[in-house]
Amino acid sequence: MNIEQQDFYTQAILSLAALVGLTSFLMLGQGRLLRLIFVFALQGSLLTLTTTLAGYSLNNPHLYISAVLTLMLKVIFIPWMLRREVIQMNAQRDIESTKNKSLLMMGGAGLMVFSYYVLHPIVQTTSPVMLNALAVSLSVVLLGMLLMITHRQAVAHVVGFMSIENGLFFAAIVATNGMPMVVELGVAFDVLVAAVLFGIFFLHIRSSIDSLDVDRLNRLKEVDK
Amino acid sequence: MIPAYLVLLIPLVGILFFALAGKKVDTGKLNIRFNAVCLVATIWLAINVLNDGTLLSAGRGLLIDSFNVYLIVLTAFVGLTTSIFSASYMMHEKELGRLTEKRLKLYYSMYQGFMLAMYLVLTTNNMGVMWVAMEGATLATVLLVSLYRTPESIEAAWKYFILCGVGIAQALFGTILLYYAAAQIGNGENALLWSVLFENAKQLNPEILEIAFVFMLIGYGTKIGLVPLHNWLPDAHSEGPTPMSAVLSGLLLNDALYAVVRNKMLVDGASHNEMAGHLMMGFGLLSFLVAAFFLHRQKDIKRLFSYSSIEHMGMMTFAFGIGSPLATFAALLHMTVHSLTKSAIFVTVGHAAQLAGSQSMDKIRGLIKTQPRIGWGLLMGTIAIAGFPPFGVFTSEFLVLLATMHSYPWLTPLLLLGIGIAFAGLFRHVQPMVYGEKPEGQVTVKANLWPVIIHLALVLWLGLTIPGFLANWFSQATTLIAGSAPL
Repeated sequence: MNIEQQDFYTQAILSLAALVGLTSFLMLGQGRLLRLIFVFALQGSLLTLTTTLAGYSLNNPHLYISAVLTLMLKVIFIPWMLRREVIQMNAQRDIESTKNKSLLMMGGAGLMVFSYYVLHPIVQTTSPVMLNALAVSLSVVLLGMLLMITHRQAVAHVVGFMSIENGLFFAAIVATNGMPMVVELGVAFDVLVAAVLFGIFFLHIRSSIDSLDVDRLNRLKEVDK
Repeated sequence: MIPAYLVLLIPLVGILFFALAGKKVDTGKLNIRFNAVCLVATIWLAINVLNDGTLLSAGRGLLIDSFNVYLIVLTAFVGLTTSIFSASYMMHEKELGRLTEKRLKLYYSMYQGFMLAMYLVLTTNNMGVMWVAMEGATLATVLLVSLYRTPESIEAAWKYFILCGVGIAQALFGTILLYYAAAQIGNGENALLWSVLFENAKQLNPEILEIAFVFMLIGYGTKIGLVPLHNWLPDAHSEGPTPMSAVLSGLLLNDALYAVVRNKMLVDGASHNEMAGHLMMGFGLLSFLVAAFFLHRQKDIKRLFSYSSIEHMGMMTFAFGIGSPLATFAALLHMTVHSLTKSAIFVTVGHAAQLAGSQSMDKIRGLIKTQPRIGWGLLMGTIAIAGFPPFGVFTSEFLVLLATMHSYPWLTPLLLLGIGIAFAGLFRHVQPMVYGEKPEGQVTVKANLWPVIIHLALVLWLGLTIPGFLANWFSQATTLIAGSAPL
């Protein structure tokens, strides 16, 4: 099945899926915090676009509400909060030296292949388009985890955490045209509370270790020091 | 259905009340009252279920059946007894200057928030809402873990937040896949309702559901504390205030397991291989054994008992995984007795730590000589949790062993080994703490041990005889989960 034979909506969704996946890779390789946050906001706006498009072409008004929620939370509020934090910490010039960047990228690509492999059984019952969308969402989730593993800054961890949410949200929009409204509102509420809590935590971590480098949170260990 | 709404409404009012309460309010006592009213509502609910069977609310948003009704009552009960303990415990912490009035209000507000999340996980019929409530439970407790604001507690809370947040995100992916499978057979907005899913389980696509279950097990499994996703659990338990450890161990872990079992019932309905069961058995057995070994090398008393929680949750997961009626019955019973015993133990542990002024087991000595009630409470609790007869834990562990011998006889030695190692691990630490001479200058603390006595008495009662209505619920739930009655 060629992409030209699909209708416009499907083509657009596929391209957006590719772009969302790309932003995840961009975040993975990003060493500067401010740029990381910018790419995260970009991913959020791609999601908003996807949601609006889905709402328009499926004529489903509740997706517009989701789109507005995404715009407010993932494009405006969370990036704003993180950016303010970075500037307050005076960390905008810090470059995080991720060792072995090429290996990291290959690991990311491996995760993407793995996502396709895991979700392959789905293809028997649905279209390959759905497989693409779901596999991209799963790989965004996994890449978010990889981002959290490889970065040391608490801000990068929050970006990773939220981009995992982005991956899940993308899956929900593309595969099922959004979850039931009550669930979607609940998830948005949880994300909002989580974002506020992260803000509180930055304050606590900073006052306790005078930095946001979570590698220095290492007092609790199973093995005796 | 009125009591079900009440059960959700009371803690909601509680959150707002404590958040907005003025300075002169006796927060501890009011928290007890809120929980007491809630317990009354849950008992009312239980009587309704006893008379009329399964209840489904008007919009099908809430579902109360024999599987969750006793868990709801148990949640309210442990919530109440822990709040009785927490009133005096928190007062003591405040006198020591570890807490301010403002943080105390945060504590009580979030206590109610946690209770609300727990009730919502149990009562909701919507798998999506169940996820939201589960995440809500993390969010409510994360600030409580860091309540003392020590560097260790902040680290523990951060770890808890990140690990559980990322973990539970996997469960959301599983829920999305579940919804995707359900949407294929129609039902629109109602497709995520558990009752609808369960009715139509046979038509759901087995491949998608199996993938979904893997994600659910990893996601909710992080909350159960399954090895190797358990890292957050000992940290969060040891650094947070002790009443929090009691409700985390007694309630949160149970409810996460409840969510996994609800999903397992769907997968079992859709596909007829035992993939879900085998996965649960594997994870359960691994957690059980690893935690039993880890018990030996603990230095902090709360970490010790949190590993014991991992061990018992592992055993329950294993038993639900076996899936035979007898094993399911045993797991349901074990959920109840473990939750009662473990919260009782944490209450005594909290008093013991206040007595010694430290959580380090090397410093806790001569409990019986100093304050016999705390010493005996800890000893009795440990005896109960280690699975001695005639306590209820013995009954349920014995049933799990029997069921294993029936279905997978070659796994029995591993279980016996784990029980033995765990027993040794608990007693090598507990014995020097309770017996022996009291250190100089150790004085008694004000302790309310009624919660412990009541809990242990109930566990003893359940070990000797299970009351008819409870046995009836257990066997109905077993029929629902495993397909046929246990006896």
